[in-house]
Amino acid sequence: MEHWSATLATSTTDTGPQPPSVAARLAGDPKVVCGGGFILFLIIIAIAAPLVAPQDPLAQNLLMATVPPAGFAEAEPGYLLGTDGLGRDVLSRVILGARVSLTVAFVAAGLACLIGSLLGLLAGFLGDRADAVISRLVDIWMAFPPVLLSILLVAVLGAGLHSVIIAIVVIDWTRFCRVVRIETMAQSQMDYVAAARTIGFSRPAILFREILPNVVPVLIALLTLEMGIAVVVEAILSFVGLSVSSDTPTWGGMIAEGRQIVHEGWWVLAAPLVALFATVVAFNQLGDGLARSLDPVLRR
Amino acid sequence: MSGSRLAVEALSAISLRDGNRPILRRVSLAVDTGEVHGLVGESGAGKSTIARAILGIIPSQVKITGGRIGFEGRDLLTLSPKELRAVLGRDIALVPQDPSTALNPARRIDALMTDGLRLKRGLSMKDARLRAHALLDEVQIRDPERVLGSYPHQLSGGMRQRVLIAAAFGLEPKLVIADEPTTALDVTVQKQILRLIRALQERHGTSVLFVSHDLGAVAKICDRLTVLYMGKVMEQGATAEVLAAPRHPYTRALLAANPRYDRPDTGLEPTPPEVIAALRAEIAAFDVSSEAPPDG
Repeated sequence: MEHWSATLATSTTDTGPQPPSVAARLAGDPKVVCGGGFILFLIIIAIAAPLVAPQDPLAQNLLMATVPPAGFAEAEPGYLLGTDGLGRDVLSRVILGARVSLTVAFVAAGLACLIGSLLGLLAGFLGDRADAVISRLVDIWMAFPPVLLSILLVAVLGAGLHSVIIAIVVIDWTRFCRVVRIETMAQSQMDYVAAARTIGFSRPAILFREILPNVVPVLIALLTLEMGIAVVVEAILSFVGLSVSSDTPTWGGMIAEGRQIVHEGWWVLAAPLVALFATVVAFNQLGDGLARSLDPVLRR
Repeated sequence: MSGSRLAVEALSAISLRDGNRPILRRVSLAVDTGEVHGLVGESGAGKSTIARAILGIIPSQVKITGGRIGFEGRDLLTLSPKELRAVLGRDIALVPQDPSTALNPARRIDALMTDGLRLKRGLSMKDARLRAHALLDEVQIRDPERVLGSYPHQLSGGMRQRVLIAAAFGLEPKLVIADEPTTALDVTVQKQILRLIRALQERHGTSVLFVSHDLGAVAKICDRLTVLYMGKVMEQGATAEVLAAPRHPYTRALLAANPRYDRPDTGLEPTPPEVIAALRAEIAAFDVSSEAPPDG
């Protein structure tokens, strides 16, 4: 092409106003900053748990049982949130409990997202028979009461972290499937997909290069919300003793223990409850904020 | 016609949703090498169906019932999806109607432009990027680097259409289908875009099928034109001749409907009733299954 430099009489100066970049939008969203900040803080604490925990979370000391948190009359130094019925440090146990909660949040939600969105993409893009089969599967799946199904699943699989993760994945992939299917269908009707077809792109190329990037913002928001749900489900299963073995502290397990001695030491119940509550709120706020900031349509 | 690049021959189509209503009735037209051929008609005349049939993106409720689309000695209608994909993007490219929806909102312009160049022209990522830059230069985009790094929503409508034109011509196709490329743009930009398409077409020797309902645009850019009404070819010929001395009453009505500022507005003159009546009778008599050629 020898004419690249050739110019015609007209010139082009029409450039729209430049909206802030996605990163700038994320940094300016209080929901993203607060929710994400708390989750990040929790991740660091969970990874560094043995270093951060002031006491050995498993060490029992019956002489120091049900010591109240700092600031109360009989508080002991070094036990910021007091001790439980066996004299174990509540703060250290809450910190260590974050490990199980976050592991479940990321692994279970991640796997549910992967499986659900793959099926959703296929159903939404292929349509017809593939869509009919996958959609009916989702309908049937969602007819089961989820809490009952998860307890049943873990009871069959045997208690343990892997069973909790499997239970959450098996139940919650449908959330991703439904949303991604609808989103994929909507995107498939867009002009840019027809335009990509007229360049002769293959169907997989259109699905993964053209459609998927438009589904990802919804997916990220949904994934974050699902992490909050996974934390709650893990706590429920720990509460009924179906999660990890009782020598690993979990928030749900601590709530179950605290419930029994709530009249002698309310803080044993309150501390893990507050941690659980704050974590779920943080995940939900982060998901909300991400949905707003990443949506390509709202981005303009 | 020996020099024709695209030869649509006796193409017929029906709408399955609308009681098998015929939407194309033995339409024939030829786009010659290096010419801009206008395809004119009002909404619903079947212009877009022809464009889509060439590109293999016929909606599911439309069925092609006969005819062929000859391109390089082959019938595009009989190609397998894989064979058609090989032709599209390399030999035939589209400039779409609405630049605000035809660009993927989640991808940057460089990704959109280099995709086609890499997959269809076999360029490396680096070469494709350089080429994209040069192409944007060629469509008079002043700051190609900035545009390449932008998302579609950060560009104006005129800019987006320039990007799409650059992307289409950049693939060096033999035929470009321009599906109402100026309809969604405001008037001042329309003129620039038309001039741009004509300049690129002449420079690259590309054939263009220019689909439009805007006779003003067609008069400016097309060498020859085909007038379509109710899925039937009304008139065909060199643009200057057809517009100066339209033979068919429908073409005259279409010309009269074009608003002009140099004479008082006479309002939209309806298509002569006898023309509509004749066509309606023809549609009623049109038998889809027998494919009997109606009198031309």
